[in-house]
Amino acid sequence: MYPFKRYVEIGRVALVNYGKDYGKLVVIVDVVDQNRALVDAPDMVRSQMNFKRLTLTDIKIDINRVPKKKTLIDPMEKACVKNKWENSSWGRKLIVQKRQASLNDFGRFKLMLAKIKKAGMVRQELAKLKKEIAA
Amino acid sequence: MKKMELFDTLFWFYLWLQFHQYQVVGRAHPTESDEHPKIYRMKLWATNEFSDFWVLLNIFIKYFLRKLKKAKKSNSQVLTINEKNPTKIKNYGIWLRYQSCIGYHNMYKGYRDTTLNGVVKQMYTKMASRHRVRFPCIQIIKIVTIPAKLCKRDNSKQFHNSKIKFPLVVKKVRPPTRKLKTTYKASRPNLFM
Repeated sequence: MYPFKRYVEIGRVALVNYGKDYGKLVVIVDVVDQNRALVDAPDMVRSQMNFKRLTLTDIKIDINRVPKKKTLIDPMEKACVKNKWENSSWGRKLIVQKRQASLNDFGRFKLMLAKIKKAGMVRQELAKLKKEIAA
Repeated sequence: MKKMELFDTLFWFYLWLQFHQYQVVGRAHPTESDEHPKIYRMKLWATNEFSDFWVLLNIFIKYFLRKLKKAKKSNSQVLTINEKNPTKIKNYGIWLRYQSCIGYHNMYKGYRDTTLNGVVKQMYTKMASRHRVRFPCIQIIKIVTIPAKLCKRDNSKQFHNSKIKFPLVVKKVRPPTRKLKTTYKASRPNLFM
């Protein structure tokens, strides 16, 4: 089995994991050399980024090498990159992390109650199943 | 050295390494025999440090003007200085002349980058690492943007592929800011992408 699933290629969507644009989703639009890619997103100026700052995602869109900004935004909309990202488990995790980090004390209290309730329900179901097996 | 001091010095050092392109335009002072002396333009690369910049200005004036025009620093004037910068990936060829411990050599180097300053920075750092040649010992003769067909170096040519595709082999797990860096980790990081 081929060990690599995500490739650096034109149209690959990547997440910036370091630096000023941390957390942004960008599209690899061209490759400068072994270490750097030309990277673009609808809300940023096209710039070069080191691969060390990028984490490749599973999402890939269909574009030619170095498209104009408009020619980049259309395929992104069509492929619903944002939706795909927010529905993927990775994307969802990041959203949840952000939300939890911005909770105030009351929010954290509510979260605690919700967790206890959920754990209680799970334990009830488990107890029921155990009873059935024992019987 | 305390940690913050080291960080500061590294920060300033890195800032120092940003090369800026300056276009120096100069000519000899107009004299009675020569009312409108020819104006010469020279592209120079210097870092932020002021000392470097003036050193290069002097180099320009002494070396260049003097050779061409019999103009010494005392009777030459600098007319303008400005900077450039664009955003498309280009292949650059640099002709340079550098001084090694043995003597002078000429070189042709090919690099890929978006900006001219970026290429110059690449060139200086690579010459320093591969040939141990420092900034003052390198003279840039010519820099040219080259169409992909005329590229000579395989290292650049391998990126001339509109369907380029390669995997990233090692995933370096890095904290998103230097503040979150720790000396010890609880478990061994997994480097598999």
